Amino acid sequence: MAEKVELNEIEVWDGNYAVSQALRQAQIDVVAAYPITPSTPIVENYGSYVANGLVDGEFVMVESEHAAMSACVGAAAAGGRVATATSSQGFMLMIEVLYQASGMRVPLVLTVVNRAVASPLNVQGDHGDMYAGRDSGWVQIDAFNAQEAYDLTLCAFKIGEDMRVRLPVMVHQDGFLTSHTAQNVRPLQDEEAYKFVGDYKPYEEMLDFTKAVTYGAQTEENWHFEHKAKQHKALFDSAKVIDEVFAEFKKLTGREYKRVESYMMEDAEVAIVALGSSVETVRYAAEQLREEGIKAGVVAPRCFRPFPFDEIKEALANVKSVAVLDRSAPMGAMGALFNEVSSALYTLENRPFVTNYIYGLGGRDFSIEQAKTILKEQKANADADDITTNIQQFIGVRGPKLGFFETKRS
Amino acid sequence: MSKGVLATEKRGMRELGAEKAVGWDVVTQGTLLYPFESELKDVAHIRPEERPYSDFNSYTATVASWRVVKPVYNRDVCIDCQNCWVWCPDTSIISRDKQMLGIDYDHCKGCGVCAEVCPTNPKSLIMFAEAEEIEDALAKWPEKKKKAK
Repeated sequence: MAEKVELNEIEVWDGNYAVSQALRQAQIDVVAAYPITPSTPIVENYGSYVANGLVDGEFVMVESEHAAMSACVGAAAAGGRVATATSSQGFMLMIEVLYQASGMRVPLVLTVVNRAVASPLNVQGDHGDMYAGRDSGWVQIDAFNAQEAYDLTLCAFKIGEDMRVRLPVMVHQDGFLTSHTAQNVRPLQDEEAYKFVGDYKPYEEMLDFTKAVTYGAQTEENWHFEHKAKQHKALFDSAKVIDEVFAEFKKLTGREYKRVESYMMEDAEVAIVALGSSVETVRYAAEQLREEGIKAGVVAPRCFRPFPFDEIKEALANVKSVAVLDRSAPMGAMGALFNEVSSALYTLENRPFVTNYIYGLGGRDFSIEQAKTILKEQKANADADDITTNIQQFIGVRGPKLGFFETKRS
Repeated sequence: MSKGVLATEKRGMRELGAEKAVGWDVVTQGTLLYPFESELKDVAHIRPEERPYSDFNSYTATVASWRVVKPVYNRDVCIDCQNCWVWCPDTSIISRDKQMLGIDYDHCKGCGVCAEVCPTNPKSLIMFAEAEEIEDALAKWPEKKKKAK
């Protein structure tokens, strides 16, 4: 048995350390990893737990992230609890295997420390890698700080391993801003954490030689569509289980998570929709604007996949103008989050104005002032009863103002 | 062909793609396929023709139509060296207790490796056109080649 570790009621952990502790407490059978900045410390810390006898599972060193995810899929199909970590280029190299994992319905956990994707090479946080995973069939949960990274990593095992889900789960946090920022974290003690996650229940595991099973079968036009349809429905249906796991976690810790986190939205006239560590920045800006008389609120999809279509709609049903922030270069389109939020809002009777802001690429600082500017522009839209800016704008980029598309048609 | 080791009731019973059509809600989770109809212990010790292969196992499917040339086996020349058995990429050489029995024509794709690696003189496995009758092929088997002095 692995040795127990006594934790303080409040630990000073950064996001990476918090995740590595959650992985240790989950008593994983196999971790196969190829460390990459800024998620390196997750793997590094976990490696030290292995070396010091704090975990019983296997730790597999591999030659690339493609191999890391492949080993994870194999170990998960064999019947073990499995996890790994990655970022950016490593994530991109994993992508081919991410689709294999979800298609085979193996419930492994990938902790992603979001980082910009080259070129130009950049190690700082943006959401380019997270967005690249959005069609891969994984549950994607986003943590905005170290505490949430810890909590949600524990939840991820419970969500993915539920027999009604059996899907792989990603837990995202922002590179450096969350992963390397030490904050107060209230961890669970080892026994409590493991009890919450629960024993791994194998399903059609390959190591059961009495019941042979083939993983990774080929299906052509005669079967592929049916299998993908079933997988898609399973991902949408996982929402119910996610809610249940969050409710159970709240009962245990008092910390409440929702698939869409709404802040000061009860009477909000204008709002920002954002992901990641910026959510806390935006909340602070909204609070300040409230003092100036602007009824501002913040909506943050905790759950990026399955996309919380109804909950987004509900959260923004009564606002007049919404700014959707995308921290990923959209490259010839509107931002992905903008598109998805807009599609949800289009079905509302009183459709709010929706604008798109591209910000913080490659770790560019996103300030409270910028968040306030964005909210004030929404207020201007609400007052003018029209979109007063380009629909898509870049904020925080040097050079002349960069924006695209207008609503005015005359 | 009589049923037995070389051709069983299950082997090659259907063409690929002729599965019963079911809806998306009925397909297996994760595209998992089960090669046997029931749970089995020590399957490696059960002879293939005695295993309860399921319809999703390639054992029960035939790919004979992929073949344009086929290996013909001549028992009279064979020395049971097992070279063909070792090299066949589709386990389509049927051998039992180190004695060569013949070809599994339901799964052989006609690649010709077995004929290539056959060491006898003349060869005990020779590739013939798919349409050639086995009896006709055996009737025109070549003579032993003399070594050039």
